[in-house]
Amino acid sequence: MKILKKSILADVSGLRIVRIDIFAPEIALKAQAGQFVVVMADEKGERIPLTIVDKDINTGSIQLIYQEAGFTTQILSRLKVGDSLYALVGPLGHPTEIKNYGKIILVGGGVGIAEILPVARALKQAGNQITTILGSRNKELLILEEELKNISDRIYIMTDDGSYGQKGFTTEMLKDLLSKDKYDLIYAVGPIPMMKMAAMVSKEYNTRTLVSLNALMVDATGMCGCCRVSVFGDVKFSCVDGPDFDASGVDWDELEKRNKVYSVQEKHICKLKL
Amino acid sequence: MIQEPVKVKEAPVELRTGNFEEVIRGYTQEEAIAESTRCLQCKNPVCISACPVNIDIKKFIYYIRQKDYAQAYFTIRQKNNFPSICGRVCPAEYQCRKACVLTKKDAVFASPEAINIHFLERFVGDYGKNNHLDVPVEKEEKFSRFKVAVVGSGPAGLCCAGELARKGVRVDIFESLHKTGGVLRYGIPPFRLPWDVLDFEIDYLKRLGVNFFPNFLVGKTATLTQLFDRGYSSIFLGLGAGVPGFLKIKGENLCNIYSVNEFLTRINLMSAYKFPEFHTPVNIGRNVLIVGGGNSAMDAARVALRLQKINGLPLNTTVIYRRTETEMPARRLEIEHAKEEGVKFGFLVQPKEFIGDDQGALGKLVCLRSELGAPDNSGRRRPVIIPGSEFELDCDLCVIAVGLSANQVLINATPQLKINQDRDLIVNPQTMETSIPGVYAGGDIVGGEGTIIEAMGMAKAAARAMIDSFIKQV
Repeated sequence: MKILKKSILADVSGLRIVRIDIFAPEIALKAQAGQFVVVMADEKGERIPLTIVDKDINTGSIQLIYQEAGFTTQILSRLKVGDSLYALVGPLGHPTEIKNYGKIILVGGGVGIAEILPVARALKQAGNQITTILGSRNKELLILEEELKNISDRIYIMTDDGSYGQKGFTTEMLKDLLSKDKYDLIYAVGPIPMMKMAAMVSKEYNTRTLVSLNALMVDATGMCGCCRVSVFGDVKFSCVDGPDFDASGVDWDELEKRNKVYSVQEKHICKLKL
Repeated sequence: MIQEPVKVKEAPVELRTGNFEEVIRGYTQEEAIAESTRCLQCKNPVCISACPVNIDIKKFIYYIRQKDYAQAYFTIRQKNNFPSICGRVCPAEYQCRKACVLTKKDAVFASPEAINIHFLERFVGDYGKNNHLDVPVEKEEKFSRFKVAVVGSGPAGLCCAGELARKGVRVDIFESLHKTGGVLRYGIPPFRLPWDVLDFEIDYLKRLGVNFFPNFLVGKTATLTQLFDRGYSSIFLGLGAGVPGFLKIKGENLCNIYSVNEFLTRINLMSAYKFPEFHTPVNIGRNVLIVGGGNSAMDAARVALRLQKINGLPLNTTVIYRRTETEMPARRLEIEHAKEEGVKFGFLVQPKEFIGDDQGALGKLVCLRSELGAPDNSGRRRPVIIPGSEFELDCDLCVIAVGLSANQVLINATPQLKINQDRDLIVNPQTMETSIPGVYAGGDIVGGEGTIIEAMGMAKAAARAMIDSFIKQV
């Protein structure tokens, strides 16, 4: 659980995206693309899920990427190389279903780009043709462009402010691509509005879309039901039934509301500067 | 003439709802002796056969009377590894105390006159703990070449580990959470089972040489096959009944509707009642409804009430249950405590639909009234809905406590494990061995919502069967 490496992938006026390599040989041995771990930064901390971005069996390490979005990720950032996490368990959730689908579009928004990287690698290895669309607010916040460029047959970059690539949203590019050609699968990870939009666009073109959901979790082993989501009208637990689901069945409004259930406490604890 | 039962001291109601400290303070020596002298020392002690692990109740009570607390302790420990825990959480009014001859004939649960066996057990357990009365360890060299993996650190796992370690078997316990104790840690609030009692039992196992591996989810971090590859001779599965039940009614995914597992896990395991010192939040309702009639429903109600009190809100927590108080499966003591503390009850009420606001937050629960009909499979009278009885309850936070089922993570990862229609593990009832040779199981994973003491009984049977198989291999 020791932090072996730490690097800042992006830092725009305090909004940082951080990559850490953690010594976790057992998890490294078992982890597959699409799976996640639960992390506790310290004894009093929250349990938060983070996707396993990469693993190295030789060094016995896994790689995690997070944005300092809330209190717990800020606490996590206080840990230095050589420090240990208080708790780390995994790999959790079902791996993404990897096979030769044919032509695939990967859509990554913001820190969600980190989650599509391992899936991109695995899908490429399975013989798929990969088209990648990356989106971020601006040039400085764009992460893992090189890594994904190396895997992708084609790559498109979208920024909200047009400071890099094309100005606009990833889903606009997605629509554009789908209108010109047929694809066999879309895999999208990013903020809820982005995944929701990707689901709508892909439905229009009748293309199957998988998303990795970021519901709130506590134990993340199927014990509490905090992460329950409605998919095609059925209640599913993101932690043990997911995290990947067919985007066309997800009740996005419900997920968005459920994810905000502690926003008051989050603001409060951030203000305290503990 | 039979003396009056000796009342156990409890924290005053006004004080206890403002904190999470233990409510029952336990008997003093004088009180324990007085209570023990009420025991009739029956020729045919029916209480013993009513105990799932057949503690020699008559004998340990006799020793209390003789002020030989050490002998009382060792008498209990012959059958029960954790008297301090069971004395606090056993549903004695349905077991030993119900069988006690002082209970009125045909009573559904123990009469108040029945001997307070649970309080005496707790007294003896705490005496042993406080006086470091260690049960003799009979480690045998021949067992030291055997290594057992215990999966889950709840009551079944802890008990099985203790049984094996005392014989000299090497034991490793794997726990998926960051803290050990299973349901004793995440499920039972500290005002009912203080952490130092649990920690004492876990430390005892550590002193016996048992290794604990938290943050290890068997089925994901390693499969059973991989555990065997690591050199374990046998595996014991004590995974518990970790999956929460829901009502499956409209609106159940609105914000501020919790499963009882989530609510209690946030409070107990994550200390959310100390937010922001601890970083895990929990919401606090003004109109809290708890749905269910079991012990976890009582725990959730008493927790919700404490959160209201600690946060300066008027106390407004109501348990709704579809049958009546008599049919509630909760311990009578918990129901009494909940009532004393100010928890309200709505009986013969069935939830129909949750209604929320445009932010997705819970606002109301639509309910139906019911009446009791003919008994169902459980022997309890089935609630029958009264047509046209629909009504609404204001409710901004709801906890659903309607039964649990077995965790499926390991079962899904291990297709060779045979399960029944309830998705519980099928075992040989004598040996507790599963469909995979060398893999044993006990506790709630093999059926229903048992009690802690039943889980321990199964764990002991499994440990015995493992020892027997090791003897054959020596």
